[in-house]
Amino acid sequence: MVRRTLQAIPLLILISVILFVILNNAPGGPLAPYLQNPHITPADIARLKHNLGLDQPLPVRYLKWLWMVLHGDLGYSTSNSQPVMQAILERMPATLELTITSFVVSVAIGLAAGIFSAVRPYSFADYFITTFAFFGQSMPVFWFALMLQLGLAVHGIPLPGGYQIQLPSAGLSNGSDTFNLGDRIVHLILPTMVLALLNLALYSRFMRSSLLEVTKTDYMRTAAAKGLDGRTILFKHGLKNALIPVVTILALSLPGLVAGAIVTETIFAWPGAGRMFFTALQQSDIALMMGYLLLVAVFVVFSNLLADVVYAWLDPRVKYD
Amino acid sequence: MSATYQAPVPANIEEEEIVYSKVTFWTRLRRHKGALIGIFALAVIVLAAIFAKQLSPFNPDYIDNVHWQGNPLPPCFQDASLCGGHLLGTDEVGRDLLSRLLFGARASLQVGIFAVLIEIIIGTSLGAVAGYYGGWVDWILMRITDVFLSIPLLPLLLVLTAIVASSSSKAALSFQVIVLIIGALSWPTMARLVRASFLTLREREFAEAARAVGNNDFRIIFRHLLPNAVAPIVVQSTLDVANVIITESILSFLGFGIQPPTASWGNMLANAQANLQIAWWAAVFPGLCILVTVLSINYIGDGLRDALDPNMK
Repeated sequence: MVRRTLQAIPLLILISVILFVILNNAPGGPLAPYLQNPHITPADIARLKHNLGLDQPLPVRYLKWLWMVLHGDLGYSTSNSQPVMQAILERMPATLELTITSFVVSVAIGLAAGIFSAVRPYSFADYFITTFAFFGQSMPVFWFALMLQLGLAVHGIPLPGGYQIQLPSAGLSNGSDTFNLGDRIVHLILPTMVLALLNLALYSRFMRSSLLEVTKTDYMRTAAAKGLDGRTILFKHGLKNALIPVVTILALSLPGLVAGAIVTETIFAWPGAGRMFFTALQQSDIALMMGYLLLVAVFVVFSNLLADVVYAWLDPRVKYD
Repeated sequence: MSATYQAPVPANIEEEEIVYSKVTFWTRLRRHKGALIGIFALAVIVLAAIFAKQLSPFNPDYIDNVHWQGNPLPPCFQDASLCGGHLLGTDEVGRDLLSRLLFGARASLQVGIFAVLIEIIIGTSLGAVAGYYGGWVDWILMRITDVFLSIPLLPLLLVLTAIVASSSSKAALSFQVIVLIIGALSWPTMARLVRASFLTLREREFAEAARAVGNNDFRIIFRHLLPNAVAPIVVQSTLDVANVIITESILSFLGFGIQPPTASWGNMLANAQANLQIAWWAAVFPGLCILVTVLSINYIGDGLRDALDPNMK
């Protein structure tokens, strides 16, 4: 296990080298935002290049950059006019609020739906849930977001008595300075539905097939033969084992939330790190793109490691050398 | 929830031991209703894409100055007097939606097919070489694969397309560039899959026999081993066509994919959000096309998986 953790370090270094080479070979490089400014002369650019050390060979620059990163300095964001680390940390609460909520929602509903359909395989309910999950996995997330905005934000659903359901489709809150929990929750509903959809479908399909697999095993038959009642067998013997591969999938699906958050935050004007990355992209803010991608890569490597650890911990038959 | 456990009926042993041949492949595929519907729906979409030019009522780039007055024209079934002959209405600059949808099908399907072809070529070769040779070759190739699997695809694609776009202009993001970038970054899953098959295949008797007769490695890999790894490759590439179509639509939606005036289902939706209040049709139809296409391909992939190898996950 220790060895696996240590393997993550060269992997991350390799990732950072590749990202560094790609981003620094972009036209204009880190100075691209200044190149478009008519008030900055070529002489200024040359001076900036020299001052920032951009005239040095790439390997030297990489090592300097790595040294800075190891000291918690990800560089300066030109599009936000603040250090990259600070910019990302400021947007993290919003991103975490959205991703954690949708993760919890998709786990709760996904697993419940999967179990529900696995205990009555090939019934009407099962077909309904599996078809729904298939739709969910084939859904272009951004379009689902547009449809929710169209149905629930633009027009709203009329209710009897003159009321109607209409949800806000942009931002974190209504913008007032005082914290209003109800308002925050209302703003969270649509983005959460969008971000949760894909994983919800994935989890329910996985939960179903895993539990169906387990019901075919000999130890389940043995438990039934011992005369245990159906509930005990299902939840104590069945579910416990069926959850092992599902937990791995939960960990492995975490990185998908990053891509989902970029799209969801952009569509719902959600002030998180994903939307900031997209803005940085449009303004050629190399330092911010680099910092964001690096943190994302750390998150992915960590999630994969977590999947391995949890799997070995839950299933004593699995051993890593 | 009245969940309880019932011991399943023992599976029919004869059925489980069917050696799969072409006959059982087709019977199995035919039993998969979703796949059948998927094949039918996809056939319709492919035909629509091929005959886009003949089927389109208008030129997809033609701006209808005669009827269009600044607001998108509604579909004819909503308001026959205003639609100006545009069955599904127009977009915000007065271009016929139906015609653009038909040409958009071309873009989406072509990106899907060609990007996956690139993915198959890179992924299969790397996976086959890694699995066949093992040792340090395998180690190096798999570490490279790990690197690419550790950077989420969408942000990486966005960065690369943004770099291409900023190198000259967004027009540099041609169809070929998009295909190349998506294809060149989608191979890691395929490489892992092929490697896994090759690790077991190379130990089989027929591989040893092929070696004993004096075949060179290239021939053994591509003539003797690869045909035995076709099933998982086919299933994975089918599902990946669907993934690529979604990826391309996201890129185009965000403005870093296929560039207008060329129609793609994704870029047709790019301005739809701003016009959501006045033109629901411009937001609904392109997405519906993506959903139906992706759903069909996913069902076909699911059916192929069942038909080719019931034990495959």
